[in-house]
Amino acid sequence: MRRPISLYGLTFSLPLLVWQILFFVFPLVFLVALSFWTVRNFTLQPDFDTVNWTTMYGRTIFWQAYGTTLALAAAAAVLTSVLAFPAAYAIAFRLSDAARRWAVFLMVIPFFTSYLVRVYSWQIFLSDNGIFNVILGWAGFGPFTMLNTVGATMVGYLTLSFPLVVLLQLFSLAFVDRTLIEAAHNMRCGRLRTVAEVIIPSARTGLVIAALFCFILSFGDFVSPIYLGGGSPTTLSILITDTTKAGQQWPRAAVIALTMIGTLLLVAFSAVKFAYRGVLR
Amino acid sequence: MTRRGSLLRGPTRRAFLAAGTAALATPMLSRRAFAAPTELTMLAWYGHAEPDIVAEFEAEHNVRFVPKYYTGGDNMLGLISQSPPGTFDVILSDAEYVQALNAAGHLEELDPDDYPLDEFFPEFQEFPGNWADGKLFSIITRFGFLGVAYNTDALTEAEASTYNVFWDPKLKGKVGHFDWHLPNLGQMSLLNGNSSPYDIDESAWQAVKEKTMSLRPQVGGFFDYGGTFSSLNDGQMLAFCGIGDWITGVLEKNGAKVRSVVPEEGGLQWSECFSIGKGSQKADLARKWIQYITSARGQAKSAQMAAYPALIPNRKGWEVLWAENPEEARRQGMTDEPGNVIDMIRSGRIKYRQWPVQQDLETWNDFWSEYKGA
Repeated sequence: MRRPISLYGLTFSLPLLVWQILFFVFPLVFLVALSFWTVRNFTLQPDFDTVNWTTMYGRTIFWQAYGTTLALAAAAAVLTSVLAFPAAYAIAFRLSDAARRWAVFLMVIPFFTSYLVRVYSWQIFLSDNGIFNVILGWAGFGPFTMLNTVGATMVGYLTLSFPLVVLLQLFSLAFVDRTLIEAAHNMRCGRLRTVAEVIIPSARTGLVIAALFCFILSFGDFVSPIYLGGGSPTTLSILITDTTKAGQQWPRAAVIALTMIGTLLLVAFSAVKFAYRGVLR
Repeated sequence: MTRRGSLLRGPTRRAFLAAGTAALATPMLSRRAFAAPTELTMLAWYGHAEPDIVAEFEAEHNVRFVPKYYTGGDNMLGLISQSPPGTFDVILSDAEYVQALNAAGHLEELDPDDYPLDEFFPEFQEFPGNWADGKLFSIITRFGFLGVAYNTDALTEAEASTYNVFWDPKLKGKVGHFDWHLPNLGQMSLLNGNSSPYDIDESAWQAVKEKTMSLRPQVGGFFDYGGTFSSLNDGQMLAFCGIGDWITGVLEKNGAKVRSVVPEEGGLQWSECFSIGKGSQKADLARKWIQYITSARGQAKSAQMAAYPALIPNRKGWEVLWAENPEEARRQGMTDEPGNVIDMIRSGRIKYRQWPVQQDLETWNDFWSEYKGA
């Protein structure tokens, strides 16, 4: 049944609508327009020219960076979800109420410090003369090159999204119907099988949304690929800064940004569709 | 209700208004008693409006600098083209960007008689880029050389004295790039024997690209300003392309085992120049600032800037620096001894960093992105 629009409803929904228009729709429209502008002598000129799109889409490095970014973000989403799940599971099912509150609190604490600072501090651990290599050296191993590698970038992505993924997974696990788990156990279903066939399907929505958040954060991240990955391989966020570094090519950077937004929307809609499949029926 | 109304309408309101007016006027009175400093806006690289450089001038002229710091010439051009005329009183720019600033009409013309140009070494009295059609728009205030930056534990000065050291197998994965195409590709062009590294024809450009690509397996990363500092400081990178003493000098002074050397193939020169922004309402004060910072006293300060050290074009500035801090003067090569930095320039070993002449800036930048992605 369709409800009539009431003043009460509008009071609560209008600010959100205004916010979205001001800070999402308007900048997005501007970004689209900007992607058709041209640059003459370092000055942006309003125009309608498809040159930025054809130039960017015609460059191998763009597609290379696109593939790299997509693969890295997907790997981060899978890796973070897999590593976060045991933590979220333990917090949801194994800890007492008080311990669970503490665990949630501990997961929130990382957000108190700047992500950039946390990433910089990883350099102290991962560099050739860093803490990990010194410890490995005592045991007669190494030194291993850890900093400025894809692995280090992945550590950065985990730093960025791990606590959030644990929290999101935890909230969905907390709402899993305990009677279903008991029923599985009563029917002699083993622990691992219960997790795989009862808990994960029941918490699917939250698990997928958590992975999606990790994907979104990693896909657009600039800090980890630069400060832990050493800027190599080139990701789309790095390509944006490269593009603006010579000749004020903001319109070309807008093309990259719009492609990123488009990709994220596509991934987000697909993930949400998969997450809620069968749930809302 | 009545009582509250009478309170608002009665003498209390008058008293309140009087007190309020007095309170609002107080800052004006005190401003008259102690004239507030005039604000002078400066668009510059980080460090130029910090107390170690500007405190003395601020105190002498009752000025307060309001800096807007940028990173990179393109960032600077972006900021200035998006601001109304007169936003920046003083503009510090790398020499290769002065012409672009001037072409876009962002600079006031300067009177050469206002500045101590006769104290400058002859090479800098008519510095290219500062002049256009016989008119002066900018004055070089400091410069530096870009060569091979290296870790002194890993390499000797003799080993680092050629760009070929970047291909040394023991540096595999340990060569860093300052992430900007212009200095890196300029150095590759020097290595290829181009006497004008930025004025090269198509075949020489192809050769530069091929030479650069052959270095890719050696490269451990591409770093911005902060990343360059930390990777050299913690020994993660043992040799660096595209930088010079402006980075290693700061680290060296803090005890890191890094140095820069101008290799046998020659080095590049970066140059920073001061101008007055078009439409500045405080052009007189801006002129006084440029007079100060290009004077012997200001130059000696500039050479020792905490953010990053540099060479100075004022000969008398060298004398003041020698008197104040002979150790730093010697470290940077600003002494009367043969082989000093001016001798190095005169021997033809140093080329100005500039925009490519026969290719677009974009062509160089696009290749740089491809190189990074390779």
